[in-house]
Amino acid sequence: MERVMQTETKIRAESGIESGPRGPGCSLRNFACEQNLLSRPDGSASFLQGDTSVLAGVYGPAEVKVSKEIFNKATLEVTLRPKIGLPGVAEKSRERLIRNTCEAVVLGALHPRTSITVVLQVVSDAGSLLACCLNAACMALVDAGVPMRALFCGVTCALDSDGTLLLDPTAKQEKEARAVLTFALDSVERKLLMSTTKGLYSDAELQQCLAAAQAASQHVFRFYRESLQRRYSKS
Amino acid sequence: MAEAAAVVAESLAGYRARAARAVLEQVVLPGEELLLPGQEDGEGPGSAGERPLLLNAGARSGGRVVCGPGLRRCGDRLLVTKCGRLRHKEPGSGNGGGVYWVDSQQKRYVPVKGDHVIGIVTAKSGDIFKVDVGGSEPASLSYLSFEGATKRNRPNVQVGDLIYGQFVVANKDMEPEMVCIDSCGRANGMGVIGQDGLLFKVTLGLIRRLLAPDCEILQEVGKLYPLEIVFGMNGRIWVKAKTIQQTLILANILEACEHMTADQRKQIFSRLAES
Repeated sequence: MERVMQTETKIRAESGIESGPRGPGCSLRNFACEQNLLSRPDGSASFLQGDTSVLAGVYGPAEVKVSKEIFNKATLEVTLRPKIGLPGVAEKSRERLIRNTCEAVVLGALHPRTSITVVLQVVSDAGSLLACCLNAACMALVDAGVPMRALFCGVTCALDSDGTLLLDPTAKQEKEARAVLTFALDSVERKLLMSTTKGLYSDAELQQCLAAAQAASQHVFRFYRESLQRRYSKS
Repeated sequence: MAEAAAVVAESLAGYRARAARAVLEQVVLPGEELLLPGQEDGEGPGSAGERPLLLNAGARSGGRVVCGPGLRRCGDRLLVTKCGRLRHKEPGSGNGGGVYWVDSQQKRYVPVKGDHVIGIVTAKSGDIFKVDVGGSEPASLSYLSFEGATKRNRPNVQVGDLIYGQFVVANKDMEPEMVCIDSCGRANGMGVIGQDGLLFKVTLGLIRRLLAPDCEILQEVGKLYPLEIVFGMNGRIWVKAKTIQQTLILANILEACEHMTADQRKQIFSRLAES
């Protein structure tokens, strides 16, 4: 009954660097997405990027506690559960980043005094975790029918010690990189919604990474479009 | 850097507002902008300064277009807010551009004025019943909103009863209110739903399909067993047949109809009709 979209496309993204090797590290890993796989939440999606896999569930617009209600828009809550152990400070900070991205995109003014809850469960982590969480959250919000003004996606870039740009790094590449940057981009004009960075990089490198991420995001949005078209073509 | 700029420009140029007429019956994604029929002439690169001079600028070819679920007005264009198929209905009579809406698959119900829904009474406080309709808030139902109810003659409604009613007030700012009478004061099938039977939940899209005129599923189900069935637009269906087993079979068939093709359904019905 689930619409399983196993798009086995190996996507090569232009990196935007004039010099430096353009090796196989500049391509995005295989994507796969499955929607409507959980019966309890109003919307659910599972997103795979290479070996990283995240399961997302969305409940909403639902009842909200009086202490948390906002009089003119919906209260958005994000919960991120790691694969092992209890959620800690790192999860809290990622939840806040994902929540800020979702709030910029979801039309909360249409459902005041309600709550929209996004629950994310990390199934396996092999690098680019935050980007995968963002993609899963977007697909789950679309599946739940929450009104949005645009779609969004997450792209991770890693800069290693000699300045090579790697898109969608694996866990090993992330550990060896001198800087890891994650961007959330929207689908209408590829505008930057959220960015979080770790490590040392120069201003020019930041612009290069942003440009590369914008170019890569068009592949992600094309994948979204194909998987949603396939879902609706069966009904 | 020049390459990066070129690539980015290419990807940005891929987005452009499309004419709504050209996208009918196709899947649209949130964030897309659609042009209404009256605006297509002026669009396109390079024609910004050459808008044709309309003699009667007030009357557009389409007239007034109604923006349905899944679409919002954004300037003079339509912004898609939900993913689904874009549909259009021509106006029955008179001028008007018809209705555009997005047919999406959803499980969560949002109250809409005029919808008939099945609710469960959760609380009785003074003169008001609180009814759970599956939305973000329980709806309120006054005890006077039943046929033949007066202050002396109160309706017999207990906590846990099923109610079939319609919304008279349902917007994003106020608590939804429902009644069990129509505008003439008659019940018209609404009110407390009787004993026994089974209430189950399906998606909103399936309900709309079942309630469309000439629905085959309903006709076939009707031929199987004699039954009573109530559809609520909030995704709830109440079904009652002569025995419990028949009721359960009907409930399972309706839940499974969502994912079956027409052939599979006919097979199942023929197998059941034999046994």
